[in-house]
Amino acid sequence: MTAHVPELAIEASGLVKDFGRTRAVDGVDLTVPTGLVYGFLGPNGAGKTTTMRMLATLLRPDGGRASVLGHDVVREADAVRARVGLTGQFASVDDDLTGVENLVLLGRLYGYGRARARRRAGDLLDAFGLAEAAERLVKNYSGGMRRRLDIAASLVVTPELMFLDEPTTGLDPRSRNQVWDIVRALVDAGTTVLLTTQYLDEADQLTGRMAVIDHGTVIAEGTPDELKAAVGTGSLHVRVRRPEQREDAARLLERLLEVPVRREGDPAALSARVFDPDRVAHALGALSGDGVNVTHFALGRPSLDEVFLALTGRPAAPDDGADPGTGPTTEEGTA
Amino acid sequence: MTTTRTGVPDQRHLRGVLASGARPPRPSALSASLTFGWRALLKIKHVPEQLFDVTLFPVLFLLMFTYLFGGAIVGSTEEYLQWVLPGILVMTVVMITLYTGVTLNTDITKGVFDRFRSLPIWRPSPLVGALLGDAVRYSMASLVVIVLGLVLGFRPENGVVGVVLSVLLLIVFCYSLSWIWTLLGLVLRTPNSVMTVSMVVMFPGTFLSNIFVDPRTMPGWLQAFVDVNPVTHLVTAIRGLMHGGVTAAQIGWVLVASAVMVAVFAPITMYLYRHRN
Repeated sequence: MTAHVPELAIEASGLVKDFGRTRAVDGVDLTVPTGLVYGFLGPNGAGKTTTMRMLATLLRPDGGRASVLGHDVVREADAVRARVGLTGQFASVDDDLTGVENLVLLGRLYGYGRARARRRAGDLLDAFGLAEAAERLVKNYSGGMRRRLDIAASLVVTPELMFLDEPTTGLDPRSRNQVWDIVRALVDAGTTVLLTTQYLDEADQLTGRMAVIDHGTVIAEGTPDELKAAVGTGSLHVRVRRPEQREDAARLLERLLEVPVRREGDPAALSARVFDPDRVAHALGALSGDGVNVTHFALGRPSLDEVFLALTGRPAAPDDGADPGTGPTTEEGTA
Repeated sequence: MTTTRTGVPDQRHLRGVLASGARPPRPSALSASLTFGWRALLKIKHVPEQLFDVTLFPVLFLLMFTYLFGGAIVGSTEEYLQWVLPGILVMTVVMITLYTGVTLNTDITKGVFDRFRSLPIWRPSPLVGALLGDAVRYSMASLVVIVLGLVLGFRPENGVVGVVLSVLLLIVFCYSLSWIWTLLGLVLRTPNSVMTVSMVVMFPGTFLSNIFVDPRTMPGWLQAFVDVNPVTHLVTAIRGLMHGGVTAAQIGWVLVASAVMVAVFAPITMYLYRHRN
């Protein structure tokens, strides 16, 4: 089945989508090579899902053009559909059917015969750790089980390109790790994955390249390392013992490091982007020389939170009210 | 050798499965539609409650109208049963059609339809398949009404042939009618609103007809509505098929009304389905 593998999984230029008066996607350009996990990172409402739905032929673009695995998403929609799999944000499996019925149904719709569809369903349920739940109705599955079944449903026929729309949103940490394992196995098996996420650690862990999207446009693109390098070689975090000393410390650091120092929400914490690690050692020495007690300091590579902040001027995922970078929420959906 | 730890995906196994998912040839339109029909049947199997309202309602209506009003309306419950049963049969099955729209809307709101739409299948097959499943429901409900009727003393003069032809005509009409609810299912936001809107259309549509009483007892303006109501023509044709005296024109009327409903609503529905945001 490896006749001709196109080098580009996705090539999009100037994609536009309007919903009534709001422009959800405003000229997205995207070049995704095959054979890796490509991250699509942005806060809620940035246009990630809409872009993905256009690429998956579920939405018709209002402007621009895109091709997926060498096929135009509008003119050759069927050819695209034959090569991609899609797992949406909300589990798109059938609650009123059992796990095995869901997969057999899809197997039949892909064109397998009855016996073959049944065997394929059994294999997938085994591989996804769902064999024991095969005959149970999906409405009695936990959130993590449902998400795994949903992903399995997209793999009834192994796709060349898999769209995963926020696959770990709402999962507990254990289920999230299972999904990550599945994504890694997918790429190992030769499938390209386009993954949207609002979790920076997820993009950092999984993706080979990524695009940061905000207000319907791509504002940065590259490997996670490139994106981090673009905002400095590292970041310094300092915590002083007495909050009233923080202002003095901040001014001293600003003078010695010659960069802006950020006053964090924590009244004793400061952070700054650093371009020259040598200066940091010097500055920390100067702090204690000035009588400022430092209880904690850390010099690290910038997190993607800081990347996002540097690119957009605001933290990621403000809609959630969650601290950026705390990772997925830990609720287990068992509706 | 597999599933050593339950609930945990097995990496090695996972790779094997991914490597073996070769793509079969695209299924035919018929095969895809039948698969969706199978899905509808599975849903009936797993959620049999959905059949309660389609079987209990006709039973209640038939008993109530026959014994409560039969004497008052015609003077004899037995005689009224002969008159009202074809009407109750029509009302029952026409009422069930609205579940088509509700079910479709539920699929859309839950995201299942996104997956179906991303499959390389004949595009109308999810809708056509759902209608195949509906045909089974229509037949079951018809069976309930007719069997209960026979027990209570319903004696169709045209025998089995008349009854079978009646049910066939009824299914053709209801199949056509359900395209309207499919359209509502695509356009409206929630399953509940589909239910509400359908009911608002359905109640006058069935009660303001010749199902329960002879329209000659109604005021003129109401008779005018009843006369153009397609349900009236359907009931007239079915009474004729069951008890004799049906004319080609009566059946023709029903078939024309069915064809018009399909011709108008099926293309609009398919267009909306394809271009749905």
